[in-house]
Amino acid sequence: MSIFVDRDTRLLVQGITGREGAFHARHMLEYGTSVVAGVTPGKGGQKFEGRVPVFNTVADAVQTTGANCSVIYVPPMAAAGAIFEAVDAGIPLVVCITEGIPVMHMSRVMPFVRARGARLIGPNCPGLITPGEAKVGIIPGNICTPGRVGLVSRSGTLTYEVVNQLTANGIGQSTCVGIGGDPIIGTDFIACLEAFQADDDTDAIVIIGEIGGTDEQRAAAFVKERVTKPVVGFIAGQTAPKGRRMGHAGAIISGSSGTAEEKLSAFGQAGIGIMRRPADVVALLGQRMGALIKR
Amino acid sequence: MNLHEYQARTLLKAAGVPMFDGDVASTPTEAETIARRLGGSVVIKAQVHSGGRGKAGGVKLARNPAEALDHAAEILGMQIKGLVVHKVLVVPAADIATESYLGLIMDRETQRPVFMVSSAGGVDIEEVAAKTPDKILRLPVDPTYGLLPHQALTLGFALYDDYSQVKAAAKIMEQLYAVFTGNGCSLAEINPLVTTPTGQVLALDAKIVIDDNELFWRPDLGLMRDESAEEPSEAVARRANLSFIKLEGNVGCVVNGAGLAMATMDLVKYYGGEPANFLDIGGSSSPEKVINALKIITTDRSVKAILFNIFGGITRTDDVANGIVAATRQFKVKVPIVIRLTGTNEAEAIRILEGVGMTALSDMDDAVQRVVTLARKAA
Repeated sequence: MSIFVDRDTRLLVQGITGREGAFHARHMLEYGTSVVAGVTPGKGGQKFEGRVPVFNTVADAVQTTGANCSVIYVPPMAAAGAIFEAVDAGIPLVVCITEGIPVMHMSRVMPFVRARGARLIGPNCPGLITPGEAKVGIIPGNICTPGRVGLVSRSGTLTYEVVNQLTANGIGQSTCVGIGGDPIIGTDFIACLEAFQADDDTDAIVIIGEIGGTDEQRAAAFVKERVTKPVVGFIAGQTAPKGRRMGHAGAIISGSSGTAEEKLSAFGQAGIGIMRRPADVVALLGQRMGALIKR
Repeated sequence: MNLHEYQARTLLKAAGVPMFDGDVASTPTEAETIARRLGGSVVIKAQVHSGGRGKAGGVKLARNPAEALDHAAEILGMQIKGLVVHKVLVVPAADIATESYLGLIMDRETQRPVFMVSSAGGVDIEEVAAKTPDKILRLPVDPTYGLLPHQALTLGFALYDDYSQVKAAAKIMEQLYAVFTGNGCSLAEINPLVTTPTGQVLALDAKIVIDDNELFWRPDLGLMRDESAEEPSEAVARRANLSFIKLEGNVGCVVNGAGLAMATMDLVKYYGGEPANFLDIGGSSSPEKVINALKIITTDRSVKAILFNIFGGITRTDDVANGIVAATRQFKVKVPIVIRLTGTNEAEAIRILEGVGMTALSDMDDAVQRVVTLARKAA
């Protein structure tokens, strides 16, 4: 089992004929993800890689193929529109990879997503993967292996670094979710923690945060109250200067709020095992999971 | 992107926000001319992206055009927190009855624009928020409907008792909201919003920050960027599409991905070193990006050793290896380079590097420890 995506995921790729979309659609197909449709307005009727039908609209694609998840690889200026379209067509899970969407657009998207009861993951995220079942996004499949540790992160390559450490040490993953590095995102840490806590096939959780905002602090409070599974965590940006945007639009210490110390202290108070380095994940999980880890 | 006060004034004025007259000057003579036109006493204000301008001597009162000339001459060219003053704003020295704070931010938690108003104005609002949070009214706005009339009035009533002032303030709230949404702001602030002895409500000082993601489709806003206020190496990096921030240490870092770049800096510190920069070469890193990255880092004389930390996912590690080889052919890199790469096309990358006598490590901790040692030896 897993959270959000699995064998039953019927994936639609918005922007499938674009450079990024085509590249990653190929990788998702190779991984064995059930990619049932693509959408590029004006290219309806084509076949991607000779097998995936391309539609002009998401509504057409959903009606014909029964797609239940969409992944978006369209340029920043069209991305908010693509999210609206997917949600409007009734897709329950929308994953937006696109980086650089104006925050104002996202503040208009989110009330619509919530009103329709859909889940948005991202934007500016690497997507998610349930190893051995479905890869939705850009997380390299070869570094993941099926198992019982859930991972949630605001980062891309830092996630790969940690997943790689897990896999190299024989610790498999139930699902790895990249929630994105923007100030306004569809799914926060708490939503993922809640899902992992409820998932029978997840035994422990890794949370990878970074400077900026209060999502980690709220996640820590949630862990303290509601999560009974072992949790270990990392915060990137301990050496980041104040007031500077560290790559991710959301990774900025405003005034004195959103520092790594503040977040690590919240983790500590919630009993979350603190990783001082990415490599600490293995030893910490080992301590906390004890016999669970020895399969 | 931060705007200067005079630029923020332009946007507010276009939306109809009432303000004292005034203009921006680049030379003392221009300042004198503006002062003469305004008549009476004026205030000369340094235009730099920094708080505490007054304390630093960047805000001065001039009683006549001659004094305006003198003060502008003193302020223009001075440095405030390392930033050179190239422009001054000249505004009338006004009689003020009350000062309030009025801000609009894009709030992460509510995912909406949130108004913050306080009758304790003219001061550091963070301080007010920390010490007396009850003195601030926070009001989230649903962007689907915009700022509703009763909300604007509620904000006005939080500031004033006099109904004509409440209505004037409410109108300013609507205008500020229009500026905020119309220009993709992440912050729009009027601090202070003042009343004059005759009861007028006016914006005295303004601060606007534009969401960098808006600049792709709003080149008109991009024109307001003041490159002279940027670290020169950061301006070069921005033009090369690299996310780069200069820091104080001596270990240069080239990394793919913002999170991994931050974690790499942290690990340098963990092993007793100091990072010289944050640099994210992004996902699809062409050899060209690597060359530009190395150029920017090697211009910094304090860099004693350079670390590449590349986790190949979408990034092809052979592209990065080719970039490193091409760069070292184009120009001489005088400091040692430690390369860590793993992931996509790793074997090919190692072959490319070994072809020119370079080696690569596969473990992040090993690489960071090695580069910290090398930097320490060279320092």
